[in-house]
Amino acid sequence: MTTFSFDGEEVTAEPGQSVGAALLAAGYRSWRTTRHGGAPRGLFCGIGVCFDCLVVVNGRPGLRACLTEVRDGDVVSSQEGAGRDHLAC
Amino acid sequence: MTTSPADIAVIGAGPAGLAAAAAARGRGARVALLDSAGRPGGQYWRHRDGHNPIPASLRQDILAGHAVWHVEVEADGFVLHTTAGEVRARTVIVATGAYDRQLPFPGWTLPGVFTAGGAQAMLKGHGVPVGDRVVVAGTGPFLLPVAAALRHRVTGVFEAGSPLGFARHPLAVARNPGKLVEGARYLRALHGHRIPFHTRTAVVAAHGDDRVHAVTVARLDRNRRPVSEREIECDAVAVGYGFTPQLELPLQLGCDTRLDADGSLVATADEWQRASVPGVYLAGEVCGVGGAQLSVVEGAIAGAHAAGARPRRSLLRKRAALRAFAAAMHDTYRVGAGRPADDTIVCRCEEVTVREVRESVVDLGATDPRGVKLLARPGMGLCQGRVCGYATACLVAEACGRPVTAADLRGLAARPIAAPVTLGNLAEGVEDA
Amino acid sequence: MDVLVIGAGMVGAACAYHCAAAGLRVTVLDRGGVATGTTSGGEGNILVSDKEPGPELDLALLSVRRWRILGERIGADRLELEHKGGVVVARSAPALAGLADLTGRQRACGVDAVDVTAGDLPALEPNLTRDVTGGAHYPQDMQVQPMLAAAALLRAARDLGATVHTGTEVRGFLFGRDGAVTGVRAGSGDRAAGWVVNAAGTWGGEVADLAGAPLPVLPRKGFVLVTEPLPRVIRHKVYTADYVAGVASDDAGLETSVVVEGTRAGTVLIGASRERVGFDRRMSLPVIRELAAQAIGLFPFLADVTLLRTYLGFRPYCPDHLPVIGPDPRVPGLVHACGHEGAGIGLSAATGHLIAQTLTGATPDLDLAPFRPERFAA
Repeated sequence: MTTFSFDGEEVTAEPGQSVGAALLAAGYRSWRTTRHGGAPRGLFCGIGVCFDCLVVVNGRPGLRACLTEVRDGDVVSSQEGAGRDHLAC
Repeated sequence: MTTSPADIAVIGAGPAGLAAAAAARGRGARVALLDSAGRPGGQYWRHRDGHNPIPASLRQDILAGHAVWHVEVEADGFVLHTTAGEVRARTVIVATGAYDRQLPFPGWTLPGVFTAGGAQAMLKGHGVPVGDRVVVAGTGPFLLPVAAALRHRVTGVFEAGSPLGFARHPLAVARNPGKLVEGARYLRALHGHRIPFHTRTAVVAAHGDDRVHAVTVARLDRNRRPVSEREIECDAVAVGYGFTPQLELPLQLGCDTRLDADGSLVATADEWQRASVPGVYLAGEVCGVGGAQLSVVEGAIAGAHAAGARPRRSLLRKRAALRAFAAAMHDTYRVGAGRPADDTIVCRCEEVTVREVRESVVDLGATDPRGVKLLARPGMGLCQGRVCGYATACLVAEACGRPVTAADLRGLAARPIAAPVTLGNLAEGVEDA
Repeated sequence: MDVLVIGAGMVGAACAYHCAAAGLRVTVLDRGGVATGTTSGGEGNILVSDKEPGPELDLALLSVRRWRILGERIGADRLELEHKGGVVVARSAPALAGLADLTGRQRACGVDAVDVTAGDLPALEPNLTRDVTGGAHYPQDMQVQPMLAAAALLRAARDLGATVHTGTEVRGFLFGRDGAVTGVRAGSGDRAAGWVVNAAGTWGGEVADLAGAPLPVLPRKGFVLVTEPLPRVIRHKVYTADYVAGVASDDAGLETSVVVEGTRAGTVLIGASRERVGFDRRMSLPVIRELAAQAIGLFPFLADVTLLRTYLGFRPYCPDHLPVIGPDPRVPGLVHACGHEGAGIGLSAATGHLIAQTLTGATPDLDLAPFRPERFAA
């Protein structure tokens, strides 16, 4: 089993699972809010086409949860808007 | 990473790509088989760790994790720019497949609403069902394996069309008895799990605050207008209205395209699966959605011909039969544009509504989807119109009072950058030059 | 007197709007759609900063004033018109000296140009590289969403009685016995007009040929990179001092001098390459790579940012890099408003205003002599 954290909570995953699949299995449905409406989003296409399941992994925003394989000890957090508010000016 | 050029680069390791690579390699060609995923097989042959559908003879040719973001044509071949370096080849076989086509409805952006292919990918690729009470909806035979795989977790299958339409195509069906057996097997599986299968019924709205908890389904009349509605509780929706071929690379290469019978833009292939651009072959859904069997046959033809051999006549006969069946399928599962309410979101990325799309035509004078895209931004977000392109084209054409054309779809399908690449990665190329 | 405008791009829209507002009856024809030609490949620059003192700077200063008025009349939001200002960055001592010389001469012409020390640049642009020698701030520079602005101006023109026909190609001109233009032969039939305005952008030379009054309007290819959407990370239009030299260059080869800016949609736009290669629509990776590298040089954080798409446009340029504005004495009734090179969006407001003044017999706010069509005659 692989273990990672999501917004501070510990989540387990099977080896080879994507971040999105592991979050889905753990009961999460959304981990992103949209830039304009602040609406919740999670997995939609599941195969890297729609860019709806964006997530922050180890500080890197904008990753597709459906394509990003979980590694043990990953720090995953939900993404608000573009996920780069630290650059906002 | 620049090595000596391959004879043939096959892009996409799904059914078409694997068949093409095997056929080409079997005739002595040096093959590079590129796939964006870490594990090949495409969307059709999904396999979890330990189950590998790839023939041993091909494993050394596979370049996994190579997402092609741009193809350049050079005098003596092609340069494929991928997220894992450059690959050069004298001939290219594009077998990039397709993804679920979507028609927007109110609530389709709610978490818990998935594409049918997404639900299948989660289950087959990762062992995770998308919910415990799943509504499977949309149109086409693909809904059946999705529902059959989710088994008792499916609340109901809602098919907007009617499979009875196949009765209009007795010859196409007779030439493909296996397809009937396959369909019957899935329907038996649904029956065994007591999953209701409704035809001429569509999901017209999804409800929930931060996740879906119910959908409204409606019976459709002959003109596809909803006539009687009811609400069904669920915790997930898997929806798809056929497929959209991935045409980024054929369009970058300048290949001719056309409107196929299912309303999709597809690249034009000749009898040997050659595209209109010399040195480019097409196999599988990129040249017309027709399922995995047809993809395998087209891949085998393309691979053999690209390697300088004459494809077997039996392959050509098989292709003709499978294409006839695909045509019957497209006719049976016709997709209308739908008539989503004005405040329905069309473009999930930029959160553009149906109203904004229509206003671009009515108020601002846009006359095609590209113009609407420039004014109201549908298709301008991260997915670059992959998800909303078809629906936007339908809505714009409807607002302009005319049918959708191939040019409409091309205006939303051209993507000079086919996969995400950082500016830093791009700039590294400056030092190489 | 009726006015027929050829071209529903930014310049045609500005001409149509100003003429309609001046009480003229206006018809706009375009073979494509609204703003789908030259305009759709633009960035939306409204700049005074990149212009040397001379007729083009005078036109730009007038245009900045006219854009402010358009923003008030039509609504800055509907145009996505932003008074964001420009920042020019020098990254070497010679470049800074050249920039200081330019700002001094620009100030003498009425440009609001403020020299900025290297230490003060971060206050203007917090994410800018610290590897700078100095710069200049131009509060008058603005940005507009070109397609939206053209569509909004055409919409406003329609409200004033103008009609717009897209998908209607002009195939020839109609002439009276005295040789004056009396209308055009269009795809949908003949259309009479007292004045025909050539606002065909990069194709202005072809339209001029149809009227028998050749103009040397040529295409200059330019790429623009569009990043993934971001929060506001860049406040101004930011470019290097080399850009000014590039704009005025006569070099036929590839030049890149980067311009970086945020947009209201959140994407960052990175321009601007210049190549004189005719109407070649092919993507060029070396150009894209060079622009990416230069943009990262200005804003290092961009290295981690994803490229979403690229687009290209053809800027209509004349050999002397000045637009063609005003009546053509060779063919009475023919009026030109084209050849604005990479500045057509910015210069459109003044161009439309001056055309309307000319056609209503008013004295133009600016002497049109430097822009006269017959200046190229051998």
